[in-house]
Amino acid sequence: MFPNAFEYYAPETLDEVYGLLEQYGDEAKILAGGQSLLPMMKLRLAAPSVLIDIGHLANLSSTTETAEGLTVGALMRHKAIETGHWQRYPLLGETAPWIADPLVRNRGTIGGALAHADPAADWGAALLALNASVEIESRIGTRRMTLEEFFIDLYTTALEPQEILTRVVIPAPKTGETFARYLKLERKVGDFAVVGVAIAVDLTSDGTIANAGIGMAAMSGVPLAAHQTTSILVGQHLTPALIKEASESACLEGDPQSDRRGSAEYKHSMARIFVERGLTQILQQWRSTQSA
Amino acid sequence: MESRKDDTHRMVTVTINGEMRQGLAEPRKLLAYFIRETLGLTGTHVGCDTTSCGACTVLLDNEPVKSCTVLAVQADHHQIDTVEGLETDNVLHPLQQAFWDNHGLQCGFCTPGMLMTSVALLQKNPHPSESEIRHAISGNLCRCTGYVNIVKAITDASHKMQQEPAEV
Repeated sequence: MFPNAFEYYAPETLDEVYGLLEQYGDEAKILAGGQSLLPMMKLRLAAPSVLIDIGHLANLSSTTETAEGLTVGALMRHKAIETGHWQRYPLLGETAPWIADPLVRNRGTIGGALAHADPAADWGAALLALNASVEIESRIGTRRMTLEEFFIDLYTTALEPQEILTRVVIPAPKTGETFARYLKLERKVGDFAVVGVAIAVDLTSDGTIANAGIGMAAMSGVPLAAHQTTSILVGQHLTPALIKEASESACLEGDPQSDRRGSAEYKHSMARIFVERGLTQILQQWRSTQSA
Repeated sequence: MESRKDDTHRMVTVTINGEMRQGLAEPRKLLAYFIRETLGLTGTHVGCDTTSCGACTVLLDNEPVKSCTVLAVQADHHQIDTVEGLETDNVLHPLQQAFWDNHGLQCGFCTPGMLMTSVALLQKNPHPSESEIRHAISGNLCRCTGYVNIVKAITDASHKMQQEPAEV
């Protein structure tokens, strides 16, 4: 199989990228790791007439950590995140091994995955749980928006034709005790999530939830942040009763579609079970750190 | 070898199995087809052609990737290793020998990809556990063996390569 013919550019600076995007606009697609775009082009689900390969932009594949948070370059590959050490951001290491399969993770990038905006993708759920933002650049300047503002609809983001996603910004946890789980139901390795649930919880020393985030994959037309549920959690002590309440609430925030991966009812049930299971594991982990 | 050179074709230069090779490729040509058709190395197989099966796995700068999902132009001036590079002086690579000894293949179609993924695994982790092996090959599908003998073969190779440090 091969894609439709296209013009290929491999710019080495962001300035060149801006120029190409201004020149070709909607006709162009940006190629990062290519693990979603190239399969879509081979199936002719996408047929851009211009491909801008940003693989030569070296400064977009690194991370910077400060007291305020972690900035991840858009070209950071899933594999590099999987094998990295993210003491204050455990959800990154929890999520990365679930993305596609090891071969795809060697090529695919975090920025590419977000720009692709598949509602079932793992990074969408995880980064919503972390309340992350994205940096978007063009010749005009840089703008930053939350991921929730960024995801507009199925495979649709707030990126304008002349813009490029350059960085993901993750705010630092609110306390030193941060816990995370990513739970995913997949039919086989490498498949998209039937349901995915990402949970991040920051606890104070007495077990009060200082901050919480829950992101869900494949539970809506976009990656979904379960805000009502996190508002139930924050300020409370994490207890089995609260976990029960949160899991009932979280699954109701989703609006999944029945498809070949499962019925809407099944996905609702699995989201509820995953929220309960994830929070319960976090509670157990916190208790074990207390007794240690 | 494609002989046409015009605006739609680009010269792609790769170091493949230690040898520098060049060929013309349309930008839309995928690396798997560049390796097979342009460079004539047909050991790399195309199975599903939809990023699922891993039969087309090659090493791109020492990392196993699905060559059906990389453009040949993206590999320009990079290093590629394929199954043809494993054997030296008519002696099978320890992994190839271990697949033979342990009946780690039946039809053999997935084997080139399975071998390249395993080579990369043992380079990074010379003593993988069974679960590490199963995790590493989870992007490579085999429809014959049920994987048991593949896992055995990789384990066997890891032991033998430890005993007699061979080139990987």
